[in-house]
Amino acid sequence: MPISVEADILSSRADTVIEPAVLSNETLTKMYRDMVLIRRVEESLLELAESGKIGGAMHTAIGHEGTAVGMAAALQPDDYLTCTYRGHHHSLARGMDPKRAIAEVLGKADGFAKGKGGSMHFLDPSLGLMGANGIVGAQVPHAAGMALASKIRGEGRIAITFFGDGALYQGVMHETFNMSQRWLLPIIFYCENNRYSEMTPIGRTSSVRDIYMFARAYGMHSLQIDANDVEVVYAAVTQAAERARAGDGPTFIEGITYRLAGHMAGDLETYRSPDEIEAQRAHEPLVVLQRRLLDRGADEKTLAEIRAEVEAEVAEAVEFAQNSPWPHPAETYTDVFAL
Amino acid sequence: MRTTTFIQAINEALKEEMRRDESVFLIGEDVGRYGGLFRVTRNLFEEFGEDRVIDTPISEQGFMGMATGAAIVGMRPIVELMYMDFFLVCADQIFNQAAKMHYMTGGLVNVPMVIRGQHGGGKRYGSQHSQCVESAFAQWPGIKVLAPSTPYDAKGLLVSAIRDNNPVVFIEHKMLYFTRGELPEAGEELIVPIGKADVKREGKDLTLVSFSYTLLEALEAAEELQAEYGIDVEVVDLRSIVPLDTETIYTSVEKTGRLLAVHESQSNCGIGSEIVARIYEEAPHLLKAPARRLGMAPASLPVSQKLEEELLPWKKNIKAAVLEMLQPVAA
Ligand SMILES: Cc1ncc(C[n+]2csc(CCOP(=O)(O)OP(=O)(O)O)c2C)c(N)n1
Ligand SMILES: [Mg+2]
Repeated sequence: MPISVEADILSSRADTVIEPAVLSNETLTKMYRDMVLIRRVEESLLELAESGKIGGAMHTAIGHEGTAVGMAAALQPDDYLTCTYRGHHHSLARGMDPKRAIAEVLGKADGFAKGKGGSMHFLDPSLGLMGANGIVGAQVPHAAGMALASKIRGEGRIAITFFGDGALYQGVMHETFNMSQRWLLPIIFYCENNRYSEMTPIGRTSSVRDIYMFARAYGMHSLQIDANDVEVVYAAVTQAAERARAGDGPTFIEGITYRLAGHMAGDLETYRSPDEIEAQRAHEPLVVLQRRLLDRGADEKTLAEIRAEVEAEVAEAVEFAQNSPWPHPAETYTDVFAL
Repeated sequence: MRTTTFIQAINEALKEEMRRDESVFLIGEDVGRYGGLFRVTRNLFEEFGEDRVIDTPISEQGFMGMATGAAIVGMRPIVELMYMDFFLVCADQIFNQAAKMHYMTGGLVNVPMVIRGQHGGGKRYGSQHSQCVESAFAQWPGIKVLAPSTPYDAKGLLVSAIRDNNPVVFIEHKMLYFTRGELPEAGEELIVPIGKADVKREGKDLTLVSFSYTLLEALEAAEELQAEYGIDVEVVDLRSIVPLDTETIYTSVEKTGRLLAVHESQSNCGIGSEIVARIYEEAPHLLKAPARRLGMAPASLPVSQKLEEELLPWKKNIKAAVLEMLQPVAA
């Protein structure tokens, strides 16, 4: 029996109200392009997975695009970022080349990690992307460690770490919250609440209804936002980054969104109804942004051109990745120890 | 006899033991309503309800510790780790708590629990979801470690594990789940004793010891070696890693004079090292040629299919190792 997700949509607590940014049409159009790109890459990856070209576990971020694009625009390009196995979108929003991203997922030589890490371990240190992680919660102390390093070295860089609604029940999260707040580390804890932890709706296993309340227990500045609205995400992350850079310590952001695709490629989704997913499509980030752009005078023709352009770019990236060679077998034995 | 999948065999053992003994319960992520990520606990929630098939948050340390606590007061929890790799996030509760409790308390406390889940490579899950775990567990006194390779052994050994009064780690393999094998009718009691190896193929030229999925690769390798080179390999399925049935191994080596221990996990400090060391200590006179082990090279499994295939010590590598040991015979 699928559980209604109505019960856990945004609660209207006055202290979490956040004024959305009002961005120029030019900026929003660029954001629209980035979001369409992420969506097309994810859809293409799902198609590749269906045809058997991708093994293991591949988690797409279809529905989470607003989070990644709003975040990327609000932060400096060298701010540290860690995230979960559901991490293609952050990397693409921060500028990872789709060609190398797709090649990595296919396990090819042109992948950014030579095909060794694959879908669950996206990273590019040159873009501040310090690693996606396959273990729930594990990336969160890593980001706090980066924030600590930045503080010690006076770098002025901040860290942001992304995790799901299911991660709050790992002890390491709470250990990290406490130390980060106590030491006023320059970090943003960003929870992508997509209402499900694998096949389990979050209300079934959590004793706390509003996840952002966890951080309040540590005295942390904490808010809940509508993450399907890119202008809201942008505003929230901007404010949190200002606080972090000013030495005011961590911010916890609970971004409410919805995972429109399965938990991972091949998920039969027996735990939720097609109606539930359909209802969420009206508020998904691309739809929200497109509506906003049209309301503010952008013309549909421009948006259609963007979509066509992205379509071609992603098709080319898929082609590139498929033609990329397999890594040399000798690669199997390298990288065990650093030289 | 009928044939079932490995998954079905485990599911039946769980169901039948839960019917037989009310103190048995299941706990883990998505084990209840969803029936387990790999569908191993399918339909158990419907039959036994939410008090005995418990869906948890992602809190391995918490629920492993709770299972330990429940076991101390006489329940028989079965904990599913969605991927065996996650034993690392609850390691203290397993190794420092559950494993040592009986000893530290001078035998006053028992911890009758089962920790089960799948390990291993072959499906491109990458470094953090493919590790073989048996040797890590084998290093800690107080834990029994089982790794069956057939539905029959899986069902029979799981029943024994549930009835055992110690923490038992029951290791499944993602490549085994959809393999099929013979099984007595459902409801007919099937018990495979812990600590007994099983000769899965008789042969006279070499004793190949293995377990878990690699055992199936070894059996195929043996058939091909027979057909292609006339080499007759005896394949011993350990089934239990701890306790280890060296007697069955030595009986076989007495006949063949050669010993090769094969597993998917690293050679370095693996069970194969243990087996080879033991025969040199306890029965070196049985060997006509140096005993060997074959395991993975020291790298964690990559996602790339080509690199993963390169690394796994499966059929191709097993055949090569046997041929190397039997050069004169094959020539
Ligand atoms: C420590 C640990 N336990 C279990 C898992 C298996 N697992 C992978 S994703 C997942 C659900 C996570 O849900 P959530 O945090 O909400 O993130 P989402 O997948 O929804 O983005 C689980 C249980 C894991 N990877 N690591
Ligand atoms: Mg989630």
